[in-house]
Amino acid sequence: MIDLLWLIPALPFAGFLVLILAGSRLPRIVVAVLGAGSVGFSAVVACLIGIEFISSPLVKTSFTRTVWTWMSFEGFSPSTSFCLDSLSLLMVLVVTVVGFLIHLYSVEFMADDDAYHRYFAYMNLFVTAMLVLVLADNLMLLYLGWEGVGLCSYLLIGFWYKDPVNARAAMKAFVMTRIGDTGMIVGLFLLYNSLGTLEIHELMVRAVRDWPVGSVMATVAAALLLCGALGKSAQLPLQTWLPDAMAGPTPVSALIHAATMVTAGVYLIARTHELFALAPAVQAAVAVIGVATLLVAGFSALAQQDLKRVLAYSTISQIGYMFLALGVGAWSAAMFHFAIHAFFKSLLFLGAGAIIMSTHHEQNMFRLGGLRTQLPVTFWTFLAGAASLAALPLITSGFYSKDAILWYAWSSEKGSVWLWLGGVAGALLTSIYTFRMVFLIFFGEARTKVYKRPGTAMLVPLIVLAVLSMVAGFIELPHTLGDVRLFSGYLGAVLPPVPIPPGQASLEGILGIVAAAVSVVGICLAYLLFLKVPQIADRAASTLAGRALHRLWLEGCGFDWLYQRLLVFPFVTIARINRSDFIDFFYQLAAFLAEGLHQGLSATQTGRTRHYAVGIGVGALIIIGMAVWL
Amino acid sequence: MDVVFYLSGAVAIVSTLMVITRSNAVHALLYLIVSLFAVALIFFALGAPFAAALEVIIYAGAIMVLFIFVIMMLNLGIQTQTQEREWLNPKAWIGPAILSAALVCELIYALTLHKGAVFAAVEVTPKAVGIALFGPYLLGVELASLLLLAGLVGTYHLGRRDERSAAREGDAP
Amino acid sequence: MASVPMEHGLLLAGILFGLGFLGVLVRRNIVFMLMCVEIMLNAAALAFVAAGSRWAQPDGQVMFIFILTVAAAEVAVGLALVLQFYRGFRTVDMDAADRMRG
Repeated sequence: MIDLLWLIPALPFAGFLVLILAGSRLPRIVVAVLGAGSVGFSAVVACLIGIEFISSPLVKTSFTRTVWTWMSFEGFSPSTSFCLDSLSLLMVLVVTVVGFLIHLYSVEFMADDDAYHRYFAYMNLFVTAMLVLVLADNLMLLYLGWEGVGLCSYLLIGFWYKDPVNARAAMKAFVMTRIGDTGMIVGLFLLYNSLGTLEIHELMVRAVRDWPVGSVMATVAAALLLCGALGKSAQLPLQTWLPDAMAGPTPVSALIHAATMVTAGVYLIARTHELFALAPAVQAAVAVIGVATLLVAGFSALAQQDLKRVLAYSTISQIGYMFLALGVGAWSAAMFHFAIHAFFKSLLFLGAGAIIMSTHHEQNMFRLGGLRTQLPVTFWTFLAGAASLAALPLITSGFYSKDAILWYAWSSEKGSVWLWLGGVAGALLTSIYTFRMVFLIFFGEARTKVYKRPGTAMLVPLIVLAVLSMVAGFIELPHTLGDVRLFSGYLGAVLPPVPIPPGQASLEGILGIVAAAVSVVGICLAYLLFLKVPQIADRAASTLAGRALHRLWLEGCGFDWLYQRLLVFPFVTIARINRSDFIDFFYQLAAFLAEGLHQGLSATQTGRTRHYAVGIGVGALIIIGMAVWL
Repeated sequence: MDVVFYLSGAVAIVSTLMVITRSNAVHALLYLIVSLFAVALIFFALGAPFAAALEVIIYAGAIMVLFIFVIMMLNLGIQTQTQEREWLNPKAWIGPAILSAALVCELIYALTLHKGAVFAAVEVTPKAVGIALFGPYLLGVELASLLLLAGLVGTYHLGRRDERSAAREGDAP
Repeated sequence: MASVPMEHGLLLAGILFGLGFLGVLVRRNIVFMLMCVEIMLNAAALAFVAAGSRWAQPDGQVMFIFILTVAAAEVAVGLALVLQFYRGFRTVDMDAADRMRG
């Protein structure tokens, strides 16, 4: 079974090929079956392989299968080979299972769209690229998947490309991530040039052997890889594309811009964690960027009115937590939060999609309200996701994953009180904006009509994801609460445990209680401010400082404005000055001459046969004259 | 025979002039036939009786009959003749006449550069022509037959009155 | 007979050719233009026959037959075009067909 590893990415790719080539001629039901079915089948294969992998001794190592050699020249021969270890198996399972649920949801959500087959073709291509990314055993193939998911993200953000706003958002996402990708490809060049391979395992072995901790090369290489991760995962300072990326269909936001693609940066850092461990400065930067991002995004989320933009900022903020965990060396905590986040964030997005569809594309939370009774299933599942996002203590998965991150942020030898404080402040913000969203949408008076209720294909993924985001956390419990270590034990073969200095362990219980209290306080605050006495919030927002802050947060802390002034404006100005330069005069002269000649010659084309006969006669005259006299 | 050559040459030139100046198509056609007969006589005088016969039969016969058919089918009325006269005003002649005269003058100059050759006083019989035609020129004959076939198909295709033009004709007053 | 110089035959062909060319340029009636083209073809044929006669060879007459073939095919297609032209434009004025003006 494990030999069929290649089948996991191959199935969605086959689906993509069929849909893109023949999709427009297939009936919708076939498109839906092909699109969702190929990913579903891939998920089944992934589960079977996962069971076999976990129950075999292979779980302590890794399994690599070379499919073919991609290219070969001058000793550089990256192969198309897939590597399965516990880390990539986790990613594969999340991508295929969540991907299948979202495909299933899309079958109903996109049912009225004209470009049904195009949608599923892109989605299948995305799943393929993401699987190639996580299964790649060398950085070259990983980069192929990396660019592939970027392309699909671009295609799907601009899915409704007839609206120029969407096309602009797609271009913005593409260009912003490209900035990071440029850094990453330079990093790959550097790694290959100095270590002579791109095969990840071998690369890490050689890096540890050749480079001492803190050496310049290791720092530069890690920083360049970090560039790529920042762009893809929408971290400061390249985070501005993600809120605009909500222009795409909502299931796309759920799959690409919440659950899978944006966490590719987290995966990359976890995958090359040996390299980052060699560069403590870069790793510290990862932690600081993570904290800064989670705070900036948390504040921004607090002021948004658009439901999907809240979720987008929340995604940025949660990935900030993962970066924080990576920065303090808590690799498996980051991956744990990634998995849990994939469940509850895709659940929230799918719930948001159900709300948007039910109310005829109403995304402004202030125009929604009181939907609790009208959309009960959506409400309860959304509430489960929101509770998990807000890390409601004990009963939600989000609590366990976030608590682990906060604990390591304090206790790890790379952590500090400041990182922990940032994380806790972020947790407070998270629970406030999450429940602000819940209260505004589902409580209060009804401000909009429900036109249509979601059907089975949409409710099943919601329920499955809601269950997952409640119970999935119990596979990893803190020492003080049962001490279950299934998850980190499982990842232990790839990701080393966090070294905890002695004397800290006693703090874990207290910190856990603080984190739980913060979450509950946040929910109460949200209840007070946005449901019980909204006058307080209104009054605070109407003061001068309040208005300024609100505006700043609404604009995502002004990064777009800053980039516009700092980068785009000077560039455009220089381009404008440069447009009419002296050299162009010569080209214009050439164009002018060509146009003049064109007009002269086209005047000879009178369309009259006799005039052409005159031309022939004159030609004969000249040729005979030349023959006679020359 | 010199007399025959020069006389029929004069007739050919004069009748050709008449062809290009007539306003009535049938008159012009008759002058053209006269011109072709004159050329046939010249062929005869030059010792090419087979060419002369073909000129009369095919050119002056078959091809000219085709012209007559078309002129009859067009059935152009008297107003076409007045139209023709209007088109043939002296001003229209100046430019083409100069160009043609220049061309002819150049030809005359070129042809009179090498004087002295005279026509061989030998008749080339149809037999000799036939032997040459079906000997070294056989490929040419095949190509000519293909050309005629293409002409046949093309004419059939072009001459067919399709639905669209028929409808347009119906609309016209 | 022997006193006719060869240039005279060719000259006659040249003059007939020039007249035919003049006709093509002057006439606007498409039927007349076709006739003038016939005159030009015939003049060319005359030149071949005259040249063949100069050397007492049959090749000139063979070429004449080929030209005859070309002329026959040309007239057939040309006249069919004339009919179509007249159907399309309701006139025989060649200058009416100037839709290809640049």
